[in-house]
Amino acid sequence: MADVKRFTHDSRIPGWDRAADLDKEPAVVPDAATTEVPAELRAAIEDAVRRFPVGDSAFIPVLYAVQEQYGWCSPEGIIQAAAVLGRTPAALTAVATFYDMFEMEPLGRKTVYVCTNISCSLCGADELLEALEGEFGEDPDVNVRGFECLGACDIAPMASVNGAYVGPIALNEVPELARQIREGEDPLPAKQMIRRPCADPKVAEK
Amino acid sequence: MTDTLLFEHIDEPGLNTIDVYMARGGYTQLPIALKMKREDLITELTGSGLRGRGGAGFPMGRKASFIPKGDMQKYVVCNADESEPGTFKDRELIQKNPHQLIEGLIIAAFAIDATINYIYIRGEYDQQADILDAAIAEARERGMLGENIFGSGFDVQLELARGAGAYICGEETGLLDSLEGKRGNPRLKPPFPANEGLFNGPTLINNVETLSAIPSIIKLGAEGYAAIGVKDSAGTKLVSISGNVQRPGNYEVALGTSSRELIYGLAGGPPDGRKVKCWFPGGSSTVVLTADDLDVGYDYDSLEAAGSALGSGAIIVVDETQSVVELAYKLAKFYSHESCGKCTPCREGTRWTFHMVERIKEGTATPMDLDIMAAVQDQIIGHCLCVLGDAMAMPIGSLIAKFRDEFEAEIETNRNAREAQLAAQFSAAEGITV
Ligand SMILES: Cc1cc2nc3c(=O)[nH]c(=O)nc-3n(C[C@H](O)[C@H](O)[C@H](O)COP(=O)(O)O)c2cc1C
Ligand code: SF4
Ligand code: FES
Repeated sequence: MADVKRFTHDSRIPGWDRAADLDKEPAVVPDAATTEVPAELRAAIEDAVRRFPVGDSAFIPVLYAVQEQYGWCSPEGIIQAAAVLGRTPAALTAVATFYDMFEMEPLGRKTVYVCTNISCSLCGADELLEALEGEFGEDPDVNVRGFECLGACDIAPMASVNGAYVGPIALNEVPELARQIREGEDPLPAKQMIRRPCADPKVAEK
Repeated sequence: MTDTLLFEHIDEPGLNTIDVYMARGGYTQLPIALKMKREDLITELTGSGLRGRGGAGFPMGRKASFIPKGDMQKYVVCNADESEPGTFKDRELIQKNPHQLIEGLIIAAFAIDATINYIYIRGEYDQQADILDAAIAEARERGMLGENIFGSGFDVQLELARGAGAYICGEETGLLDSLEGKRGNPRLKPPFPANEGLFNGPTLINNVETLSAIPSIIKLGAEGYAAIGVKDSAGTKLVSISGNVQRPGNYEVALGTSSRELIYGLAGGPPDGRKVKCWFPGGSSTVVLTADDLDVGYDYDSLEAAGSALGSGAIIVVDETQSVVELAYKLAKFYSHESCGKCTPCREGTRWTFHMVERIKEGTATPMDLDIMAAVQDQIIGHCLCVLGDAMAMPIGSLIAKFRDEFEAEIETNRNAREAQLAAQFSAAEGITV
């Protein structure tokens, strides 16, 4: 199973076992007047704040906007968002590091999440992940990673390709799928979750 | 047919749009509910016997009755985080029939007088979230949401919030923190969300399937709904069946249907005539059951009597060719990755368990390690802030208890393999042939 390495401690708690650095300067809110923010990013942040006005509740949509703009939660983007929100960059980073879908390093913009949890691995998910990793190697445009249960165990083994669920994926379909991902085509259209009928026979009878 | 409520018309093209939903009788129960007195509506929900479908199985109406009355801002939060391994029922409901959920949610909101409401959907459900977003916009346009709906004087808002990949945000208080824009760490209870939830206001949290069942309850009446299923397990349940079965998928059945019927009758059992080794009845967080338990009724009480739980209503079937060590490995890896780290027994216990299973796989473990592993599980159970720790300890503890001989055999095999490999390396390095 591919590791989703977040921190040295391989958990969600960065630095919990290290003492605070008391010599460090306290974080400050970036100056909104001098921080340049791309117009689309500013618009997306303002939209998030309009929909989630209370406290910091806009943070997650704001981080999505940063990631959309830069391909990852880059320090530059975090500072810009912090300037618009009037919060410290650390407040945003602390939230971003908790969630698996926020990338804290620059990675490929095309995402391929391969579920390697129980139901999928019972149906060959580890081999699927290996095959997809083999296809893309160090391709800087594609971020292939093992993921926990994606809520699509009925199409195991499966992958989420830029948010579109595809499965069950046979190993001999991997080269075709990889080509489609590279060329930006619809991934295995006949195998997408969105088109799958309900399994319950009572539904089909009607 | 009475045991198709949630899935009625589910595969009808366009059911996700408000026109088709209304042509099929949608949004007819909402105005009926809005004419009821709030107390009567809650009595109706309680009387239906509907229990939470998200994991804990708490009676829905009773939870609604705990919400204090008064002028403070109250909230309904729908839990659409669905990340329990093996579970994918909410996904099908949201994708194909989002308005049923919205209608149920508005009725629940009216019952507790919550004017601001949220659906929290896991970030990975991107396509489903788009569908739901569009449905909410339609509902707003048609006056199902907004001010003074159906002339009832009730103002209601609904907003969709997307998570960003964290299992723990399915735990209700972790979800609330996440919705408030924080790291999704669970909160100490009490206070329970009913008293102090989102933004410190009284909050009713329910699963997608729970809320989606409400329109059927208004339609059938509390008694009509309670007549489906068995004692203390009223109504129909969506069961997600996956793993080693021939026809994985979601099935809607009356609670109390035999598990054998579900696994073999509906899902076709394991392929190639293989036998069932074990199965998780309610997602990966529940105690595993074996082939001997296949005749247990699929309902809250029967599964509890069998030592396990209905959980999220997700059956994962494991056939006889699979390794229990591999299962334990996947479980431990998942829970240690998802532990939020707030309490020690869970943060360290999941991590230690993972490393011990790794040792079994590497061939460096001894049978004594099994006792240590079992003891770690015992020390997690009941000692954590939320039940994520228990959610690993129960299935792993039960795997060790029920399949100890298989663990021991695998420890032995892997040890021997490793020793043989080391011996070979040694003799190669020394130039000795054995
Ligand atoms: C670790 C953990 C994860 C959970 N994940 C979910 C989930 O994904 N969806 C859900 O509805 N409930 C989940 N729950 C249960 C919720 O805490 C809560 O009981 C439920 O949403 C209440 O709704 P219900 O009464 O309608 O079931 C989870 C609980 C725990 C401890
Ligand atoms: S039991 Fe685990 S997940 Fe739950 S609060 Fe404690 S550390 Fe966090
Ligand atoms: S186990 Fe792979 S989607 Fe659930």
